[in-house]
Amino acid sequence: MSVTGVTGDSPSRAWRIVIPILLGILFLGLWEFLVRWLQIPKFVLPPPSMIVDALTEDYGTLIASLWNTLKITGMAFVVAVVLGVTGAILFTQSRLFEMSLFPYAVVLQVTPIVSIAPFILIWVGLDHIERALLILATIVAFFPILSNTTLGMKSVDHNLLNLFDLYHASRWQRLRYLQLPSAMPYLLGGMKISGGLALIGAVVAEFVAGSGTGTGLAWRIIESSNRLNIPRMFAALVLLSVLGVMIFFGLSALETMLLRKWHESAVGREN
Amino acid sequence: MEGAVIAEPAKAAIAPSTRPLIRVKAIAKTYQNGTLALSDVDLAVRDGEFLSLLGPSGCGKSTLLRMIAGLGAPTSGIIDWPQANYDVRGEPDRHLGFVFQEPTLMPWATVFDNVAMPLTLTGMRRSELTGRVDEAIAMVGLEKFAKHYPRELSGGMKMRVSIARALVVRPRVLLMDEPFAALDEITRFKLNNDLLTLWQTQRWTVIFVTHSVYESVYLSNRIAVMSARPGRILTELKIDAPYPRTEAFRTSTVYNEFCRVTSAELKRAMPAGEDH
Ligand SMILES: Nc1ncnc2c1ncn2[C@@H]1O[C@H](COP(=O)(O)OP(=O)(O)OP(=O)(O)O)[C@@H](O)[C@H]1O
Ligand SMILES: [Mg+2]
Repeated sequence: MSVTGVTGDSPSRAWRIVIPILLGILFLGLWEFLVRWLQIPKFVLPPPSMIVDALTEDYGTLIASLWNTLKITGMAFVVAVVLGVTGAILFTQSRLFEMSLFPYAVVLQVTPIVSIAPFILIWVGLDHIERALLILATIVAFFPILSNTTLGMKSVDHNLLNLFDLYHASRWQRLRYLQLPSAMPYLLGGMKISGGLALIGAVVAEFVAGSGTGTGLAWRIIESSNRLNIPRMFAALVLLSVLGVMIFFGLSALETMLLRKWHESAVGREN
Repeated sequence: MEGAVIAEPAKAAIAPSTRPLIRVKAIAKTYQNGTLALSDVDLAVRDGEFLSLLGPSGCGKSTLLRMIAGLGAPTSGIIDWPQANYDVRGEPDRHLGFVFQEPTLMPWATVFDNVAMPLTLTGMRRSELTGRVDEAIAMVGLEKFAKHYPRELSGGMKMRVSIARALVVRPRVLLMDEPFAALDEITRFKLNNDLLTLWQTQRWTVIFVTHSVYESVYLSNRIAVMSARPGRILTELKIDAPYPRTEAFRTSTVYNEFCRVTSAELKRAMPAGEDH
Protein backbone atom coordinates (compact mmCIF):
# COMPACT_ATOMS: atom_id res chain seq x y z
CA MET A 1 0.00 0.00 0.00
CA SER A 2 2.50 2.56 1.17
CA VAL A 3 6.01 3.27 -0.05
CA THR A 4 7.53 1.17 2.69
CA GLY A 5 5.21 -1.65 1.68
CA VAL A 6 6.77 -1.72 -1.78
CA THR A 7 10.38 -1.28 -0.85
CA GLY A 8 10.50 -3.11 2.45
CA ASP A 9 7.89 -5.79 2.34
CA SER A 10 7.41 -7.38 -1.09
CA PRO A 11 11.06 -8.25 -1.84
CA SER A 12 11.21 -10.29 1.35
CA ARG A 13 8.00 -12.03 0.36
CA ALA A 14 9.44 -12.83 -3.06
CA TRP A 15 12.62 -14.10 -1.49
CA ARG A 16 10.60 -16.39 0.69
CA ILE A 17 9.57 -18.25 -2.46
CA VAL A 18 12.76 -17.83 -4.46
CA ILE A 19 15.20 -19.04 -1.82
CA PRO A 20 13.60 -22.44 -1.22
CA ILE A 21 13.30 -22.98 -4.97
CA LEU A 22 16.95 -22.11 -5.55
CA LEU A 23 17.92 -24.39 -2.71
CA GLY A 24 15.83 -27.20 -4.23
CA ILE A 25 17.44 -26.78 -7.66
CA LEU A 26 20.88 -26.76 -6.09
CA PHE A 27 20.08 -29.93 -4.15
CA LEU A 28 18.71 -31.75 -7.19
CA GLY A 29 21.69 -30.66 -9.29
CA LEU A 30 24.11 -31.93 -6.70
CA TRP A 31 22.21 -35.21 -6.47
CA GLU A 32 22.25 -35.67 -10.24
CA PHE A 33 25.94 -34.84 -10.38
CA LEU A 34 27.02 -37.12 -7.53
CA VAL A 35 25.01 -40.09 -8.75
CA ARG A 36 26.57 -39.82 -12.21
CA TRP A 37 30.05 -39.03 -10.98
CA LEU A 38 30.17 -41.84 -8.39
CA GLN A 39 28.34 -44.14 -10.81
CA ILE A 40 25.81 -45.24 -8.21
CA PRO A 41 23.59 -47.97 -9.70
CA LYS A 42 20.05 -46.83 -10.44
CA PHE A 43 18.44 -49.49 -8.24
CA VAL A 44 20.24 -47.96 -5.24
CA LEU A 45 19.70 -44.28 -5.94
CA PRO A 46 18.40 -43.09 -9.31
CA PRO A 47 19.26 -39.53 -10.40
CA PRO A 48 16.41 -36.97 -10.47
CA SER A 49 16.28 -37.02 -14.26
CA MET A 50 15.44 -40.72 -14.21
CA ILE A 51 12.69 -40.13 -11.66
CA VAL A 52 11.19 -37.50 -13.96
CA ASP A 53 11.37 -40.00 -16.80
CA ALA A 54 9.57 -42.58 -14.70
CA LEU A 55 6.93 -40.02 -13.85
CA THR A 56 6.21 -39.21 -17.48
CA GLU A 57 6.41 -42.81 -18.65
CA ASP A 58 3.95 -44.22 -16.10
CA TYR A 59 1.94 -41.06 -15.92
CA GLY A 60 -1.40 -42.83 -16.43
CA THR A 61 -1.08 -45.48 -13.73
CA LEU A 62 0.54 -43.13 -11.26
CA ILE A 63 -2.17 -40.49 -11.63
CA ALA A 64 -4.86 -43.15 -11.24
CA SER A 65 -3.16 -44.31 -8.05
CA LEU A 66 -2.82 -40.73 -6.86
CA TRP A 67 -6.52 -40.26 -7.41
CA ASN A 68 -7.34 -43.40 -5.39
CA THR A 69 -5.17 -42.33 -2.49
CA LEU A 70 -6.63 -38.82 -2.61
CA LYS A 71 -10.15 -40.28 -2.60
CA ILE A 72 -9.51 -42.39 0.52
CA THR A 73 -7.71 -39.53 2.24
CA GLY A 74 -10.42 -37.00 1.45
CA MET A 75 -13.25 -39.25 2.53
CA ALA A 76 -11.48 -40.24 5.71
CA PHE A 77 -10.82 -36.60 6.47
CA VAL A 78 -14.44 -35.59 5.97
CA VAL A 79 -15.69 -38.48 8.10
CA ALA A 80 -13.12 -37.63 10.79
CA VAL A 81 -14.22 -33.99 10.88
CA VAL A 82 -17.89 -34.94 11.11
CA LEU A 83 -17.29 -37.53 13.82
CA GLY A 84 -14.79 -35.37 15.70
CA VAL A 85 -17.03 -32.31 15.81
CA THR A 86 -20.06 -34.41 16.73
CA GLY A 87 -18.04 -36.05 19.48
CA ALA A 88 -16.87 -32.69 20.79
CA ILE A 89 -20.43 -31.40 20.84
CA LEU A 90 -21.60 -34.46 22.77
CA PHE A 91 -18.68 -34.14 25.18
CA THR A 92 -19.43 -30.53 25.98
CA GLN A 93 -23.15 -31.12 26.36
CA SER A 94 -22.78 -33.93 28.83
CA ARG A 95 -20.03 -34.69 31.31
CA LEU A 96 -21.26 -38.27 31.42
CA PHE A 97 -20.58 -38.72 27.72
CA GLU A 98 -17.11 -37.32 28.04
CA MET A 99 -16.28 -39.36 31.13
CA SER A 100 -17.38 -42.60 29.56
CA LEU A 101 -16.17 -42.16 25.98
CA PHE A 102 -13.02 -40.08 26.11
CA PRO A 103 -10.79 -42.87 27.47
CA TYR A 104 -11.74 -45.03 24.49
CA ALA A 105 -10.94 -42.25 22.07
CA VAL A 106 -7.49 -42.08 23.69
CA VAL A 107 -7.03 -45.85 23.46
CA LEU A 108 -7.88 -45.69 19.77
CA GLN A 109 -5.43 -42.84 19.34
CA VAL A 110 -2.45 -44.41 21.09
CA THR A 111 -2.78 -47.87 19.57
CA PRO A 112 -0.49 -48.01 16.53
CA ILE A 113 -2.57 -48.14 13.39
CA VAL A 114 -0.44 -50.91 11.87
CA SER A 115 -1.47 -53.21 14.69
CA ILE A 116 -5.19 -52.53 14.26
CA ALA A 117 -5.07 -52.78 10.50
CA PRO A 118 -5.08 -56.58 10.18
CA PHE A 119 -8.18 -56.83 12.39
CA ILE A 120 -10.08 -54.22 10.44
CA LEU A 121 -9.08 -55.96 7.21
CA ILE A 122 -10.42 -59.26 8.44
CA TRP A 123 -13.61 -57.81 9.91
CA VAL A 124 -14.53 -55.55 7.04
CA GLY A 125 -13.60 -58.25 4.61
CA LEU A 126 -10.70 -58.61 2.26
CA ASP A 127 -13.06 -58.04 -0.63
CA HIS A 128 -13.79 -54.49 0.62
CA ILE A 129 -10.23 -53.23 0.92
CA GLU A 130 -11.25 -49.65 0.18
CA ARG A 131 -13.68 -49.64 3.08
CA ALA A 132 -11.01 -50.97 5.40
CA LEU A 133 -8.56 -48.30 4.26
CA LEU A 134 -11.20 -45.64 4.83
CA ILE A 135 -11.87 -46.86 8.37
CA LEU A 136 -8.19 -47.00 9.23
CA ALA A 137 -7.40 -43.56 7.84
CA THR A 138 -10.41 -42.17 9.71
CA ILE A 139 -9.21 -43.64 13.00
CA VAL A 140 -5.86 -41.93 12.56
CA ALA A 141 -7.34 -38.58 11.54
CA PHE A 142 -10.16 -38.45 14.05
CA PHE A 143 -8.46 -37.70 17.34
CA PRO A 144 -6.92 -34.24 16.73
CA ILE A 145 -10.32 -33.00 15.57
CA LEU A 146 -12.05 -34.37 18.63
CA SER A 147 -9.57 -33.12 21.20
CA ASN A 148 -8.99 -29.72 19.62
CA THR A 149 -12.65 -28.98 19.11
CA THR A 150 -13.49 -30.09 22.64
CA LEU A 151 -10.78 -27.81 24.01
CA GLY A 152 -12.03 -24.93 21.88
CA MET A 153 -15.61 -25.34 23.00
CA LYS A 154 -14.50 -25.32 26.60
CA SER A 155 -12.36 -22.23 26.18
CA VAL A 156 -15.31 -19.89 25.78
CA ASP A 157 -14.87 -16.60 27.64
CA HIS A 158 -16.76 -17.18 30.88
CA ASN A 159 -18.18 -13.66 30.87
CA LEU A 160 -19.75 -14.40 27.50
CA LEU A 161 -21.26 -17.52 29.01
CA ASN A 162 -22.60 -15.32 31.81
CA LEU A 163 -24.07 -13.00 29.24
CA PHE A 164 -25.82 -15.90 27.53
CA ASP A 165 -27.15 -17.10 30.90
CA LEU A 166 -28.42 -13.63 31.62
CA TYR A 167 -30.60 -13.72 28.53
CA HIS A 168 -31.68 -17.31 29.14
CA ALA A 169 -30.01 -18.73 26.05
CA SER A 170 -30.99 -22.31 25.27
CA ARG A 171 -28.36 -25.03 24.92
CA TRP A 172 -28.76 -24.91 21.20
CA GLN A 173 -28.29 -21.13 21.09
CA ARG A 174 -25.21 -21.33 23.27
CA LEU A 175 -23.78 -23.97 20.97
CA ARG A 176 -24.66 -22.17 17.76
CA TYR A 177 -23.74 -18.61 18.69
CA LEU A 178 -20.99 -19.08 21.25
CA GLN A 179 -19.29 -22.45 21.55
CA LEU A 180 -18.94 -23.37 17.90
CA PRO A 181 -17.58 -19.98 16.78
CA SER A 182 -15.15 -19.99 19.74
CA ALA A 183 -13.98 -23.46 18.75
CA MET A 184 -13.43 -22.51 15.11
CA PRO A 185 -9.70 -21.64 15.38
CA TYR A 186 -9.08 -24.82 17.35
CA LEU A 187 -11.04 -26.93 14.86
CA LEU A 188 -9.10 -25.47 11.94
CA GLY A 189 -5.81 -26.14 13.73
CA GLY A 190 -6.94 -29.72 14.29
CA MET A 191 -7.91 -30.04 10.64
CA LYS A 192 -4.41 -29.08 9.52
CA ILE A 193 -2.99 -31.92 11.59
CA SER A 194 -5.71 -34.36 10.61
CA GLY A 195 -5.36 -33.71 6.89
CA GLY A 196 -1.78 -34.94 7.00
CA LEU A 197 -2.69 -37.81 9.29
CA ALA A 198 -5.49 -38.97 7.00
CA LEU A 199 -2.96 -39.28 4.19
CA ILE A 200 -0.50 -41.13 6.41
CA GLY A 201 -3.33 -43.40 7.57
CA ALA A 202 -4.40 -44.15 4.01
CA VAL A 203 -0.83 -45.00 2.98
CA VAL A 204 0.03 -47.08 6.03
CA ALA A 205 -3.22 -49.00 5.75
CA GLU A 206 -2.52 -49.79 2.14
CA PHE A 207 0.96 -50.98 3.02
CA VAL A 208 -0.50 -53.35 5.59
CA ALA A 209 -3.28 -54.50 3.29
CA GLY A 210 -0.57 -55.39 0.81
CA SER A 211 -1.65 -57.86 -1.91
CA GLY A 212 -2.72 -56.97 -5.42
CA THR A 213 -6.10 -55.42 -4.68
CA GLY A 214 -4.61 -52.14 -3.59
CA THR A 215 -4.41 -49.48 -6.27
CA GLY A 216 -3.22 -46.42 -4.36
CA LEU A 217 0.21 -44.84 -4.37
CA ALA A 218 1.37 -47.03 -1.49
CA TRP A 219 0.72 -50.07 -3.61
CA ARG A 220 2.68 -48.53 -6.48
CA ILE A 221 5.61 -48.13 -4.11
CA ILE A 222 5.44 -51.75 -2.92
CA GLU A 223 5.01 -53.03 -6.44
CA SER A 224 7.90 -50.96 -7.83
CA SER A 225 10.09 -52.04 -4.96
CA ASN A 226 9.32 -55.71 -5.61
CA ARG A 227 10.31 -55.22 -9.23
CA LEU A 228 13.37 -53.23 -8.25
CA ASN A 229 11.96 -50.35 -10.31
CA ILE A 230 13.47 -47.76 -7.98
CA PRO A 231 12.89 -44.69 -10.20
CA ARG A 232 9.16 -45.42 -10.26
CA MET A 233 9.21 -45.93 -6.53
CA PHE A 234 10.66 -42.47 -6.15
CA ALA A 235 8.13 -41.09 -8.61
CA ALA A 236 5.26 -42.42 -6.47
CA LEU A 237 6.94 -41.00 -3.39
CA VAL A 238 7.22 -37.58 -5.00
CA LEU A 239 3.51 -37.65 -5.82
CA LEU A 240 2.71 -38.57 -2.22
CA SER A 241 4.72 -35.64 -0.91
CA VAL A 242 3.10 -33.27 -3.37
CA LEU A 243 -0.29 -34.51 -2.25
CA GLY A 244 0.59 -33.99 1.42
CA VAL A 245 1.90 -30.49 0.79
CA MET A 246 -1.21 -29.60 -1.18
CA ILE A 247 -3.47 -30.83 1.60
CA PHE A 248 -1.56 -28.76 4.13
CA PHE A 249 -1.59 -25.58 2.09
CA GLY A 250 -5.22 -26.04 1.13
CA LEU A 251 -6.25 -26.30 4.77
CA SER A 252 -4.00 -23.38 5.73
CA ALA A 253 -5.70 -21.29 3.07
CA LEU A 254 -9.11 -22.32 4.42
CA GLU A 255 -7.98 -21.33 7.91
CA THR A 256 -6.80 -17.92 6.80
CA MET A 257 -9.98 -17.36 4.86
CA LEU A 258 -12.27 -18.16 7.77
CA LEU A 259 -10.30 -16.41 10.52
CA ARG A 260 -8.95 -13.45 8.57
CA LYS A 261 -11.56 -11.08 9.95
CA TRP A 262 -11.10 -11.67 13.64
CA HIS A 263 -8.61 -14.18 14.95
CA GLU A 264 -5.13 -13.12 16.02
CA SER A 265 -3.57 -16.05 14.17
CA ALA A 266 -4.84 -14.85 10.81
CA VAL A 267 -5.04 -11.07 10.96
CA GLY A 268 -2.11 -9.00 9.81
CA ARG A 269 -0.22 -7.20 12.55
CA GLU A 270 -0.10 -3.47 12.19
CA ASN A 271 1.35 -2.56 15.55
CA MET B 1 -38.82 -15.64 48.78
CA GLU B 2 -41.92 -17.09 50.46
CA GLY B 3 -40.90 -15.56 53.77
CA ALA B 4 -40.50 -12.14 52.31
CA VAL B 5 -43.96 -12.12 50.85
CA ILE B 6 -45.58 -13.21 54.09
CA ALA B 7 -43.57 -10.92 56.31
CA GLU B 8 -44.51 -7.65 54.73
CA PRO B 9 -47.96 -7.66 53.21
CA ALA B 10 -49.22 -4.89 55.51
CA LYS B 11 -46.44 -2.48 54.72
CA ALA B 12 -46.70 -3.17 51.06
CA ALA B 13 -50.40 -2.48 51.13
CA ILE B 14 -49.98 0.85 52.89
CA ALA B 15 -47.13 2.23 50.85
CA PRO B 16 -46.47 0.22 47.72
CA SER B 17 -44.15 2.86 46.35
CA THR B 18 -41.65 2.32 49.16
CA ARG B 19 -41.40 -1.37 48.46
CA PRO B 20 -37.90 -1.81 47.06
CA LEU B 21 -37.28 -3.17 43.62
CA ILE B 22 -34.40 -5.34 44.80
CA ARG B 23 -33.68 -6.41 48.33
CA VAL B 24 -30.29 -7.78 49.30
CA LYS B 25 -30.44 -9.39 52.70
CA ALA B 26 -27.43 -10.52 54.75
CA ILE B 27 -25.47 -11.67 51.75
CA ALA B 28 -22.13 -13.40 52.16
CA LYS B 29 -20.02 -14.86 49.40
CA THR B 30 -17.09 -17.19 49.78
CA TYR B 31 -15.38 -18.27 46.58
CA GLN B 32 -14.31 -21.87 46.07
CA ASN B 33 -10.67 -21.02 46.78
CA GLY B 34 -11.72 -19.79 50.22
CA THR B 35 -11.72 -16.06 49.46
CA LEU B 36 -14.37 -14.35 51.53
CA ALA B 37 -15.45 -11.64 49.09
CA LEU B 38 -18.56 -10.29 50.81
CA SER B 39 -19.87 -10.57 54.32
CA ASP B 40 -23.20 -9.42 55.62
CA VAL B 41 -24.26 -7.07 52.84
CA ASP B 42 -27.65 -5.42 53.19
CA LEU B 43 -29.01 -3.19 50.51
CA ALA B 44 -32.36 -2.09 49.20
CA VAL B 45 -32.60 -0.73 45.69
CA ARG B 46 -35.57 1.51 45.04
CA ASP B 47 -37.50 1.67 41.83
CA GLY B 48 -36.12 4.30 39.49
CA GLU B 49 -33.13 5.37 41.55
CA PHE B 50 -29.57 5.84 40.43
CA LEU B 51 -27.47 3.99 42.97
CA SER B 52 -23.70 3.86 42.93
CA LEU B 53 -21.58 1.21 44.60
CA LEU B 54 -18.32 2.82 45.59
CA GLY B 55 -15.44 0.98 47.17
CA PRO B 56 -11.77 0.07 47.01
CA SER B 57 -10.50 -2.37 44.42
CA GLY B 58 -11.18 -5.98 45.28
CA CYS B 59 -13.91 -5.24 47.84
CA GLY B 60 -16.50 -7.32 46.03
CA LYS B 61 -18.41 -4.77 43.96
CA SER B 62 -18.39 -6.93 40.84
CA THR B 63 -19.29 -9.98 42.90
CA LEU B 64 -22.30 -8.20 44.38
CA LEU B 65 -23.46 -6.86 41.03
CA ARG B 66 -23.22 -10.29 39.41
CA MET B 67 -25.24 -11.88 42.17
CA ILE B 68 -27.92 -9.23 41.82
CA ALA B 69 -28.08 -10.21 38.16
CA GLY B 70 -28.48 -13.84 39.17
CA LEU B 71 -24.98 -14.85 38.07
CA GLY B 72 -23.67 -17.01 40.87
CA ALA B 73 -25.57 -17.64 44.07
CA PRO B 74 -24.62 -16.09 47.40
CA THR B 75 -23.13 -18.46 49.95
CA SER B 76 -25.69 -17.24 52.47
CA GLY B 77 -28.44 -14.66 52.56
CA ILE B 78 -30.99 -13.90 49.87
CA ILE B 79 -31.60 -11.46 47.08
CA ASP B 80 -35.20 -10.98 46.18
CA TRP B 81 -37.15 -8.90 43.74
CA PRO B 82 -40.39 -8.04 45.57
CA GLN B 83 -42.02 -6.43 42.54
CA ALA B 84 -41.08 -9.05 39.99
CA ASN B 85 -42.93 -12.14 38.83
CA TYR B 86 -41.14 -15.35 39.62
CA ASP B 87 -41.13 -18.14 37.04
CA VAL B 88 -41.44 -21.85 37.75
CA ARG B 89 -37.73 -22.22 38.43
CA GLY B 90 -37.92 -19.51 41.08
CA GLU B 91 -36.17 -17.00 38.82
CA PRO B 92 -37.45 -13.45 39.03
CA ASP B 93 -38.25 -11.70 35.82
CA ARG B 94 -35.46 -9.14 36.09
CA HIS B 95 -35.56 -7.25 32.80
CA LEU B 96 -32.00 -6.17 33.04
CA GLY B 97 -29.14 -4.95 31.00
CA PHE B 98 -25.67 -5.76 32.26
CA VAL B 99 -22.44 -4.03 31.36
CA PHE B 100 -19.48 -6.16 32.42
CA GLN B 101 -16.25 -4.68 33.69
CA GLU B 102 -14.53 -5.98 30.54
CA PRO B 103 -16.16 -5.33 27.15
CA THR B 104 -16.90 -9.06 26.75
CA LEU B 105 -17.57 -8.95 23.02
CA MET B 106 -17.61 -11.87 20.62
CA PRO B 107 -14.50 -11.31 18.49
CA TRP B 108 -15.96 -13.16 15.50
CA ALA B 109 -19.04 -10.96 15.29
CA THR B 110 -19.41 -7.40 14.03
CA VAL B 111 -20.52 -4.55 16.28
CA PHE B 112 -24.02 -4.94 14.89
CA ASP B 113 -24.15 -8.67 15.59
CA ASN B 114 -22.71 -8.22 19.07
CA VAL B 115 -25.34 -5.65 19.97
CA ALA B 116 -28.06 -7.76 18.37
CA MET B 117 -27.17 -10.89 20.33
CA PRO B 118 -29.53 -10.40 23.33
CA LEU B 119 -32.44 -9.93 20.92
CA THR B 120 -31.35 -12.87 18.78
CA LEU B 121 -31.43 -14.97 21.94
CA THR B 122 -35.04 -14.02 22.55
CA GLY B 123 -35.79 -15.50 19.13
CA MET B 124 -36.25 -12.25 17.25
CA ARG B 125 -35.62 -12.43 13.54
CA ARG B 126 -33.05 -10.21 11.91
CA SER B 127 -35.61 -8.16 10.06
CA GLU B 128 -37.40 -7.36 13.32
CA LEU B 129 -34.38 -6.41 15.35
CA THR B 130 -32.49 -4.18 12.94
CA GLY B 131 -34.28 -1.00 13.97
CA ARG B 132 -33.68 -1.51 17.66
CA VAL B 133 -30.07 -2.48 17.19
CA ASP B 134 -29.35 0.59 15.05
CA GLU B 135 -31.05 2.72 17.67
CA ALA B 136 -28.90 1.27 20.47
CA ILE B 137 -25.72 1.70 18.43
CA ALA B 138 -26.69 5.31 17.74
CA MET B 139 -27.21 5.93 21.47
CA VAL B 140 -23.51 5.27 22.07
CA GLY B 141 -22.46 7.11 18.92
CA LEU B 142 -21.02 4.22 16.94
CA GLU B 143 -23.23 4.35 13.84
CA LYS B 144 -20.20 4.45 11.57
CA PHE B 145 -18.72 1.30 13.09
CA ALA B 146 -21.67 -1.09 12.91
CA LYS B 147 -19.90 -3.33 10.41
CA HIS B 148 -16.53 -3.34 12.17
CA TYR B 149 -15.08 -6.17 14.23
CA PRO B 150 -14.15 -5.63 17.90
CA ARG B 151 -10.44 -5.85 17.16
CA GLU B 152 -10.75 -2.77 14.99
CA LEU B 153 -12.09 -0.67 17.88
CA SER B 154 -10.37 1.21 20.68
CA GLY B 155 -10.86 0.14 24.29
CA GLY B 156 -13.41 2.88 24.92
CA MET B 157 -15.34 2.06 21.76
CA LYS B 158 -15.54 -1.59 22.77
CA MET B 159 -16.99 -0.52 26.08
CA ARG B 160 -19.59 1.56 24.27
CA VAL B 161 -20.56 -1.46 22.19
CA SER B 162 -21.02 -3.34 25.43
CA ILE B 163 -23.27 -0.55 26.73
CA ALA B 164 -25.31 -0.58 23.52
CA ARG B 165 -25.77 -4.32 23.96
CA ALA B 166 -27.17 -3.72 27.45
CA LEU B 167 -29.53 -1.01 26.19
CA VAL B 168 -30.88 -2.93 23.21
CA VAL B 169 -33.16 -5.05 25.39
CA ARG B 170 -34.83 -1.86 26.74
CA PRO B 171 -34.08 -2.90 30.30
CA ARG B 172 -35.91 -1.82 33.42
CA VAL B 173 -32.78 -2.22 35.49
CA LEU B 174 -29.34 -1.37 34.24
CA LEU B 175 -26.37 -2.88 36.05
CA MET B 176 -23.08 -1.30 35.08
CA ASP B 177 -19.67 -2.42 36.30
CA GLU B 178 -17.22 0.47 35.95
CA PRO B 179 -18.37 1.09 32.39
CA PHE B 180 -16.40 4.31 31.87
CA ALA B 181 -13.20 3.44 33.69
CA ALA B 182 -11.26 3.00 30.45
CA LEU B 183 -12.35 6.28 28.88
CA ASP B 184 -10.71 9.66 28.65
CA GLU B 185 -12.22 12.40 30.79
CA ILE B 186 -14.01 14.25 27.99
CA THR B 187 -15.68 11.15 26.60
CA ARG B 188 -16.46 10.05 30.10
CA PHE B 189 -18.20 13.35 30.94
CA LYS B 190 -20.14 13.13 27.72
CA LEU B 191 -21.25 9.58 28.41
CA ASN B 192 -22.10 10.53 32.01
CA ASN B 193 -24.44 13.18 30.66
CA ASP B 194 -25.87 10.87 28.02
CA LEU B 195 -26.48 8.23 30.65
CA LEU B 196 -28.25 10.71 32.94
CA THR B 197 -30.44 11.93 30.10
CA LEU B 198 -31.35 8.40 29.13
CA TRP B 199 -31.98 7.47 32.74
CA GLN B 200 -34.40 10.35 33.15
CA THR B 201 -36.29 9.68 29.95
CA GLN B 202 -36.32 5.89 30.15
CA ARG B 203 -37.00 5.70 33.91
CA TRP B 204 -34.48 2.95 34.46
CA THR B 205 -33.20 1.84 37.80
CA VAL B 206 -29.42 1.98 37.61
CA ILE B 207 -26.86 0.28 39.82
CA PHE B 208 -23.52 1.73 38.88
CA VAL B 209 -20.23 0.38 40.16
CA THR B 210 -17.36 2.82 40.22
CA HIS B 211 -14.26 3.66 42.15
CA SER B 212 -14.46 7.32 41.24
CA VAL B 213 -15.86 9.58 43.95
CA TYR B 214 -16.48 12.37 41.43
CA GLU B 215 -18.36 10.17 39.03
CA SER B 216 -20.54 8.65 41.72
CA VAL B 217 -21.49 12.05 43.15
CA TYR B 218 -22.24 13.49 39.74
CA LEU B 219 -24.53 10.66 38.72
CA SER B 220 -26.25 9.21 41.75
CA ASN B 221 -29.25 9.71 43.99
CA ARG B 222 -27.50 7.57 46.50
CA ILE B 223 -24.05 6.13 47.04
CA ALA B 224 -23.40 2.93 48.94
CA VAL B 225 -19.83 2.98 50.18
CA MET B 226 -18.32 -0.46 50.62
CA SER B 227 -15.51 -1.47 52.94
CA ALA B 228 -12.36 -3.27 51.86
CA ARG B 229 -12.59 -7.06 51.53
CA PRO B 230 -14.62 -8.73 52.88
CA GLY B 231 -16.99 -6.13 51.51
CA ARG B 232 -19.87 -4.69 53.52
CA ILE B 233 -21.96 -1.61 52.99
CA LEU B 234 -20.27 0.89 55.27
CA THR B 235 -22.51 3.91 54.76
CA GLU B 236 -25.13 5.14 52.39
CA LEU B 237 -24.95 8.73 51.26
CA LYS B 238 -27.88 10.58 49.79
CA ILE B 239 -26.86 13.01 47.05
CA ASP B 240 -29.68 15.49 47.38
CA ALA B 241 -29.15 17.60 44.30
CA PRO B 242 -31.78 18.12 41.64
CA TYR B 243 -31.66 16.66 38.14
CA PRO B 244 -31.00 17.45 35.36
CA ARG B 245 -27.43 17.80 36.44
CA THR B 246 -25.21 19.58 33.98
CA GLU B 247 -21.63 20.72 33.70
CA ALA B 248 -22.56 23.64 35.95
CA PHE B 249 -23.20 21.13 38.74
CA ARG B 250 -19.65 19.81 38.38
CA THR B 251 -18.23 23.18 39.35
CA SER B 252 -20.74 24.06 42.06
CA THR B 253 -19.83 24.26 45.75
CA VAL B 254 -22.60 21.78 46.57
CA TYR B 255 -20.93 19.23 44.34
CA ASN B 256 -17.56 19.83 45.93
CA GLU B 257 -19.00 19.44 49.38
CA PHE B 258 -20.63 16.12 48.43
CA CYS B 259 -17.32 14.96 46.98
CA ARG B 260 -15.47 15.93 50.15
CA VAL B 261 -17.88 14.00 52.38
CA THR B 262 -17.86 10.99 50.06
CA SER B 263 -14.07 10.95 49.91
CA ALA B 264 -13.89 11.00 53.68
CA GLU B 265 -16.24 8.01 53.86
CA LEU B 266 -14.27 6.15 51.23
CA LYS B 267 -11.07 6.80 53.13
CA ARG B 268 -12.59 5.10 56.15
CA ALA B 269 -13.40 2.13 53.89
CA MET B 270 -9.80 1.61 52.89
CA PRO B 271 -7.90 -1.20 54.56
CA ALA B 272 -5.81 -0.09 57.52
CA GLY B 273 -2.13 0.53 56.82
CA GLU B 274 -2.62 1.31 53.14
CA ASP B 275 -2.62 4.72 51.56
CA HIS B 276 -5.09 3.92 48.85
N1 LIG C 1 -13.80 -16.39 40.58
C1 LIG C 1 -13.17 -16.02 41.71
N2 LIG C 1 -12.56 -16.96 42.46
C2 LIG C 1 -11.94 -16.60 43.60
N3 LIG C 1 -11.89 -15.37 44.09
C3 LIG C 1 -12.47 -14.40 43.39
C4 LIG C 1 -13.15 -14.67 42.15
N4 LIG C 1 -13.64 -13.51 41.68
C5 LIG C 1 -13.28 -12.57 42.57
N5 LIG C 1 -12.59 -13.09 43.59
C6 LIG C 1 -12.07 -12.37 44.76
O1 LIG C 1 -13.15 -11.73 45.39
C7 LIG C 1 -12.81 -10.42 45.75
C8 LIG C 1 -13.78 -9.44 45.19
O2 LIG C 1 -13.67 -9.45 43.79
P1 LIG C 1 -14.50 -8.45 42.87
O3 LIG C 1 -14.13 -8.72 41.47
O4 LIG C 1 -15.92 -8.55 43.23
O5 LIG C 1 -13.89 -7.04 43.33
P2 LIG C 1 -14.23 -5.58 42.81
O6 LIG C 1 -14.71 -4.80 43.99
O7 LIG C 1 -15.11 -5.62 41.64
O8 LIG C 1 -12.78 -5.05 42.42
P3 LIG C 1 -12.36 -4.05 41.24
O9 LIG C 1 -12.77 -2.68 41.64
O10 LIG C 1 -10.89 -4.18 41.20
O11 LIG C 1 -13.03 -4.52 40.00
C9 LIG C 1 -11.39 -10.18 45.28
O12 LIG C 1 -10.54 -10.20 46.41
C10 LIG C 1 -11.07 -11.33 44.37
O13 LIG C 1 -9.76 -11.78 44.62
MG1 LIG D 1 -14.84 -5.28 39.66
